[in-house]
Amino acid sequence: MPDQPGRNAIEVRDVSKIFGSGDARFAALDRVSVAIRENEFFTLLGPSGCGKTTLLRLIAGFDFPSEGEIFLYGEDIAPLPPYRRPVNTVFQSYALFPHMTVAQNIGFGLEMLGKPKNEIKARVELMLKLVRMEALANRRTSQISGGQQQRVALARALAPQPKVLLLDEPLSALDYKLRKEMQIELKRLQNETGITFIFVTHDQEEALTMSDRIAVMSAGKILQIGSPRDIYDRPAERFVADFIGESNFLPATMVSKQDDHATVRLTSGAEISASLPQNASPAGDVTVVVRPEHAQFAAAANGAPLAGTIENVVYLGTDTHFHLKLDTGEPFIVRRQNARGHADHREAGSRVGILIPADAAQVLRD
Amino acid sequence: MSKRRSFDLRSQPGFTFVALLTFFMLYLPIAALVVYAFNAGSSMAIWEGVSLRWFYSAASNERVQEAAMRSALIAVCAALIATVAATMAAIATTRTKPYPGLTFKYAFINQPLMVPEIVTAVALLIVFSRIKVWTGYSGLGYLIAAHAAFCIPFAYLPIRARLESMDLTLERAAADLYATPWKAFRHVTLPLLRPGIIAGFMLAFVISLDDVVITEFVKSGGQDTLPTYMLGQLRRATSPEVNAIATVFLLFSVVLVTAFFFINRRKA
Repeated sequence: MPDQPGRNAIEVRDVSKIFGSGDARFAALDRVSVAIRENEFFTLLGPSGCGKTTLLRLIAGFDFPSEGEIFLYGEDIAPLPPYRRPVNTVFQSYALFPHMTVAQNIGFGLEMLGKPKNEIKARVELMLKLVRMEALANRRTSQISGGQQQRVALARALAPQPKVLLLDEPLSALDYKLRKEMQIELKRLQNETGITFIFVTHDQEEALTMSDRIAVMSAGKILQIGSPRDIYDRPAERFVADFIGESNFLPATMVSKQDDHATVRLTSGAEISASLPQNASPAGDVTVVVRPEHAQFAAAANGAPLAGTIENVVYLGTDTHFHLKLDTGEPFIVRRQNARGHADHREAGSRVGILIPADAAQVLRD
Repeated sequence: MSKRRSFDLRSQPGFTFVALLTFFMLYLPIAALVVYAFNAGSSMAIWEGVSLRWFYSAASNERVQEAAMRSALIAVCAALIATVAATMAAIATTRTKPYPGLTFKYAFINQPLMVPEIVTAVALLIVFSRIKVWTGYSGLGYLIAAHAAFCIPFAYLPIRARLESMDLTLERAAADLYATPWKAFRHVTLPLLRPGIIAGFMLAFVISLDDVVITEFVKSGGQDTLPTYMLGQLRRATSPEVNAIATVFLLFSVVLVTAFFFINRRKA
């Protein structure tokens, strides 16, 4: 559960991974620290090249950190080879053994651990049932579909009951509908097995729907760790706000602070209340972020904290995006949900006022 | 015509003629050899009717039997040694990060393909004759060792090709699922490598079986293999018995290649 601080399954402490040397020296991970709790669905989210897969490989043991320690339930596993770590991986390409049947693939880990035959058989049957693949147990892996291969890869990694399951963009090869199904399926498997999942993805929607907590990564660093709601509603940095969902960025000046809130003055001269980021005390000139759906239209342009002209209206079925140009020059997007019979008739060219509700604005750290 | 025609070699004048001529030149001598193996007469030029006489004659010739057995023994031993060595070499040169000197190693492994065979033959003759004097041993070991050496690159190439096309994540997945490096090799790499190893073995076997130059130099008295026996026969008087042996040889290699083709196709 996200908000119960449980034991840490994985603890990464000041881990760096340097590739190359001299001018070609490149830090894929730059002093990264993160603690992943027991039974958590934890997601490493970021664009390609941000270091998320490198971190996963270090936890799996396919590569070793240049600096730092990785603890699995308190034991430093960083120097251990992959076959000595009670951690299993679901590979992006699935990496099923083509010369074995579905059942043999699932039983492979247990066989390598030297478990008795009857125990392996029982466990394989259980796993086949768990991923609903009983009917295809004796098929070759080349004779089943991509979605089925995905399930076999999951069953194979879960069969030895790892302490942590690592998933490296496992859904990226599936088509949209199957991916949606597998998202729900993964969440169900995690609940049923109670195993800690560490999931790597570049897909923000995937991260938001499945995770208990998300770590947003960029350029070898973790920028923010939090629940999907935290990350979305309270992005601490511009990159996070930009990478996840759409955002309006407004320049502002700090006026006063009280606890986790501040009053900031926008360039329009209006003062609004905004939340402050954790572990940082911004001062002077700052940037405030407002999600398009959190902004509201005022009854009139005059007297509203922000005012501007609608430049474009984009109808998206479930909602409508109003692209504005503020009087101060910045672009701004307002998103309104469409309701039947309540179509919004504001048109391009009309002047509008915008309200920022008390909890809608967030001051960025950078 | 708006349709753009691309260059097609097959539509060039004379293509069919050149192709047919090439096939003709390639296969006519072999066809003649096979046909005359069934000749009832004892001449290689005059046809006197169909007969299996020379096949019986060759099969019942003790020297042919001995040479055939010796050839088979040397080929099996040499191919086995070469395949094991080639497999190890292929793994060592593919499952590693590229480093300076790796290309040199490829060249070193493939040396028998580049050094003229006659050079190797003379070199081995000199070295082995010394060893024979020192040890007093003059058995088939020299021939087996020599054959194994020049068979290595032939076994190495298909095995390396197979290793290079193999998905490395499979070995990683095995390690992730608690397989030690040896177990990962035994349960994942080796089974997937099998078609390459079989191809390498067969290639090495065939290459050893029909070697003349090195064998001729290295063999001691009374160690004729089938090809050197045939060469010896042809030096004296031509006998259709040699045709019969060559025909059996041909049949054997066709069967081998076909068998390998089917084994490989079923795997893929």
